[in-house]
Amino acid sequence: MSVFDGLRFKRTSSPVHQIDPRVKFVTSCIIFILAIMFTELLPLIVLLSVQIPIVYIARVSKEWFASLKSSLLLAIIIFVTNAVVGYMSSDFKLTSSTLTYSVSMTLRFITLVASFSIFFLTTSPDDLGLALEQSHFPYEFSFAFTTAVRFVPVLANEAQMIIDAQRSRGLELDKGSFMKRIRNYLPILIPLIVNAIRRSLELAEAMESRAFGAKKTRTSLFSLQIKIRDLLVLIISLFILAASIYVRFNIEIPMIKIPTF
Amino acid sequence: MINVENVSYTYPSGINALKEVSVEIEDGAFVAIMGENGAGKTTLVKHFNGLLKPNEGNVTIDGINTRELSIAELSKKVGLVFQNADHQLFCETVEEEISFGLKNFGFSDKTVKKRVEWALEILDLAQYRKTSPLMLSGGERKRVALASIMAWKPKIVVLDEPTLGQDQNQKERLLQFIKQLNTQGNTVVLVTHDIEFVAECNPRVILMAKGEIVADGPAKKNLTNRRFVKKASLILPQITQIFNELADLGLPKDVIGTYEAKQLINNLIKGEQ
Repeated sequence: MSVFDGLRFKRTSSPVHQIDPRVKFVTSCIIFILAIMFTELLPLIVLLSVQIPIVYIARVSKEWFASLKSSLLLAIIIFVTNAVVGYMSSDFKLTSSTLTYSVSMTLRFITLVASFSIFFLTTSPDDLGLALEQSHFPYEFSFAFTTAVRFVPVLANEAQMIIDAQRSRGLELDKGSFMKRIRNYLPILIPLIVNAIRRSLELAEAMESRAFGAKKTRTSLFSLQIKIRDLLVLIISLFILAASIYVRFNIEIPMIKIPTF
Repeated sequence: MINVENVSYTYPSGINALKEVSVEIEDGAFVAIMGENGAGKTTLVKHFNGLLKPNEGNVTIDGINTRELSIAELSKKVGLVFQNADHQLFCETVEEEISFGLKNFGFSDKTVKKRVEWALEILDLAQYRKTSPLMLSGGERKRVALASIMAWKPKIVVLDEPTLGQDQNQKERLLQFIKQLNTQGNTVVLVTHDIEFVAECNPRVILMAKGEIVADGPAKKNLTNRRFVKKASLILPQITQIFNELADLGLPKDVIGTYEAKQLINNLIKGEQ
């Protein structure tokens, strides 16, 4: 379940936590766009390294590194695929540019994971729901979304309890042939799904008995407000985006090349 | 024989659930482990069948360290019945559910059949053999879960919160079942905070709080001690409370069972006449 740990909100207070979720989302998207825009090594390294101080300010460094670690396997797959394809298409020679390109692609992926990890680690599900709602998403959608996010740890916890219960009945998950091993997961998946459905029905009843959907327009106890600080972050991010677009089309980016051995 | 020696356990999340716990449970014993939520009761019993291995210290079952055996090997000896039956029921019929463990342990088809029959019988589930366990009521599902463990006749039976969500009638039947199990020579370990239920069973009581054992001894001694009971965030059994109030009449304070209470009151009334 370590994959989810990197995306699970951590309730601490820091300047990054206090930024308006909408602004944070836009900033994450800008990092996303920038990472897609550049294939050169230098800008991608810069993009990844500017996130490091943010992580430390937000005090989520442990979880952030955990999420990077759990994305390692996919990163390796991306690197190997790129390297192999480049190797085969350049007459079976491992050229410097193939290697550089593969590293860039891997770095691009890690940058994306990193930026969204910061977003999810520092934005509470409640804020996320509010942000969606105030961005005029239908309430049903934003509610479904926040509920799904909130139930991930509950499901993870329940899966562990089911695994414990079935192993106590002699189930050995990593024994037998490949097909047998897949079948071994049935005693875990069935109770997990049955319980999830049962819980969702209970949740629906509980919500309806608290008049969910009784009125078209809802009022919120809290409302998000863009403060000067948020505006500043937004302006800086947009400025960086504009500057990067300018650099992209008008300035030659110095190449960093990885030498072949 | 379960031997827990200076066991400490910290979950990966950093919660220190057990702090240097030592306890010995001899064969054929009847033990209740009690304490508030988060006291470490379930963490302790998960060490008995190897689901958890101690960070420090040792747990041995019949002299063999749990680190040296697989969970399956240990489970054959130590049957752990979990709190929530819904965490394990997945088969299409009650019969299949009960045979799941037997098949995992590699019993022959003939034995599986015999044991399923036996388990259906002792837990009064014979009429539901072809029913889906998911269609049964909460109490019945709990009985199926119990039957699915009892089927391979583990020597040590650990029941986690067996009375949760059961009505008084079912509790009474459970009580009889547990007592019978114990008289047949099985070691029975109950994990519960149902003090009334434990008072009727009269086992050895281990009280836990904050990952430590605060008291270990006969129910009559531990469950009537206000200080111990409070430490484990419980309240005295109702009968004990009544006898505490009646102490002026010369009645003893350490009464927990209905039978003993009846005798004492009978004697008192006879004495007055």
